[in-house]
Amino acid sequence: MAGVIARRARKQRVFRWTVLTVLGVFFVLPLIAMVEFSTRDSTTWPALVDWPELSERYPALAEGITSSLSQAALTALLMLFLLVPTAVWVRLRLPRLRRVIEFLCLLPLTIPAIVLVVGLAPVYAWVTYFFGGSSLTLVFAYTILVLPYAYRAIDAGLSAIDVRTLAEAARSLGAGWGTVMWRVVLPNIRSAVLSAAFLTVALVLGEFTIASLLNRTNLQVAINFLGKSSATMSVAVSLTALLLAFVLLLLLSLLGGRRRSATAVAPAAPAAPAASVASKEPAA
Amino acid sequence: MTGVAVQLHGLRRTFGTVHALDNLDLAIEPGEFIALLGPSGCGKTTALRVLAGLEDADSGRVLVGGKDVTALPANRRDMGMVFQAYSLFPHLTALANVSFGLSLRGRGKSLARAQEMLELVGIAAFADRYPHQLSGGQQQRVALARALAIEPSVLLLDEPLSALDAKVRVQLRDEIRRIQTEVGTTTLFVTHDQEEALAVADRVGVMRAGKLEQLAAPADIYLTPATPFVAEFVGLSNRLPGTVVGNEVEVLGTRLPLLSPSSTASVTALVRPESVQVTPETDGEGRVLTTSFLGPISKVTITVGDVLVVAQVATDRLPSLTPGTPVRVSLQPVPVALA
Repeated sequence: MAGVIARRARKQRVFRWTVLTVLGVFFVLPLIAMVEFSTRDSTTWPALVDWPELSERYPALAEGITSSLSQAALTALLMLFLLVPTAVWVRLRLPRLRRVIEFLCLLPLTIPAIVLVVGLAPVYAWVTYFFGGSSLTLVFAYTILVLPYAYRAIDAGLSAIDVRTLAEAARSLGAGWGTVMWRVVLPNIRSAVLSAAFLTVALVLGEFTIASLLNRTNLQVAINFLGKSSATMSVAVSLTALLLAFVLLLLLSLLGGRRRSATAVAPAAPAAPAASVASKEPAA
Repeated sequence: MTGVAVQLHGLRRTFGTVHALDNLDLAIEPGEFIALLGPSGCGKTTALRVLAGLEDADSGRVLVGGKDVTALPANRRDMGMVFQAYSLFPHLTALANVSFGLSLRGRGKSLARAQEMLELVGIAAFADRYPHQLSGGQQQRVALARALAIEPSVLLLDEPLSALDAKVRVQLRDEIRRIQTEVGTTTLFVTHDQEEALAVADRVGVMRAGKLEQLAAPADIYLTPATPFVAEFVGLSNRLPGTVVGNEVEVLGTRLPLLSPSSTASVTALVRPESVQVTPETDGEGRVLTTSFLGPISKVTITVGDVLVVAQVATDRLPSLTPGTPVRVSLQPVPVALA
């Protein structure tokens, strides 16, 4: 009997390691190839970490990097500014609208980016008219694009606390709505807010379709453009962007793990959206 | 500190087709402890929430200390509230929870005052713990300290004991009464537990369908219920068929005085189990059906013909009242209400 169990355990172990190895090779091999390719020209990596030189040799790339970083930061801010008060207000005052809001927020996930662009193009004619043609105007489109992930993360955070009772308790103690949001709600959904922000940054850094089709620049557009003139540099930048996204998602899952272990009534950490973001990450 | 008077005038509140408050009037004396009692959905919580400013009334006025606060938002009403659900801020320690309201008022020494309040509710030793490190009873104590720390003009308790287990509930109930007497804050306590209401309040208001059926001292509510609803809702009652004879009703061969006159002859009288006396007798008209042990007092169910009668007896009498024993049932001539 014991022998059968030991044999089965051994078989399972072998199977596990085989799957892990195959998958590992599948994922790591292209990365290794990227490292190998991007180091063929010895000036590539030193140029990438030397910002003045980078912006002189590859001005389009430098612009793409700054655009993407500012887009990511602004999108995260705009998303939080719109979504957190809305989600809290819906829970407090309009609980019947929750399903509708959830549906609306999930829509961008079901609409292909290309279709989104077709709809956005005429809107962006107006955006350009009012705000000019800066690549930062992509922030509006990106805020819509990140809604599904950000909403899920924030909603999960709010589900873990009794927002209504906490808000009422704070109100009865003399707190105005600003104080309720700032001193009571936000500290209790801090990790959810961070999750939403990280997902937003990861998503915006990897976005290509909308930026390209709306003729604006960002990191991915610049990489694509660079690929035509300096292949090694474009691969090096892709690799860096990929690693940055990995680090962000790793931080995210660490955050989720810590929250799970910190409280007895742990909320469902937004692991699912994180996974789907990873799969949507464009291979630059 | 002495409390302030609270008046609710003609409050109405409708949720769809349900009248949660139907022209409710309630006057609370300064420093008084009032319990609102009623079945779920009777509007007692809505009344408390309207007083707290967490819910708007469709019409009517709320006066606190003679001042009309109907239009004031909750955060400017100066009321301390303890909720049914655990409402402590999870990211703050017990001490920080208690000093939250004080810090909003910009009072110096808020920590010292918070510590004092934790001592008052008897959990100063747990000041540095977070809510999830406290038991349910301890959390509600902190919530009480937090509500009292701001020296509110009115203390509102929204079923604060309903999530606690029986023993802690009784303990904390008595503690709330002690603390309220000590600080003298006018208090409105909402509960569906009649024992709780009768045990702690100066006066008990029994509510039904958004209206106050009776507001009186606990003993009066129990002994002289104003309406059949109050009689049935508060305490256990036997529903026994009777015949009205003048100002009395004849039930099981005994004439009992009526609390209010009746025009119909054939009625159902509400008789308390403690007014029913049971004596074993071989030619008695009743038979013991079941007995249940409830501590020092036990319950005996008897059939008299096709009528079921529940009686309360001292537990040491149980051995003589085994099921099947023939008994004689008599009623004490205390005033009864009719259903």
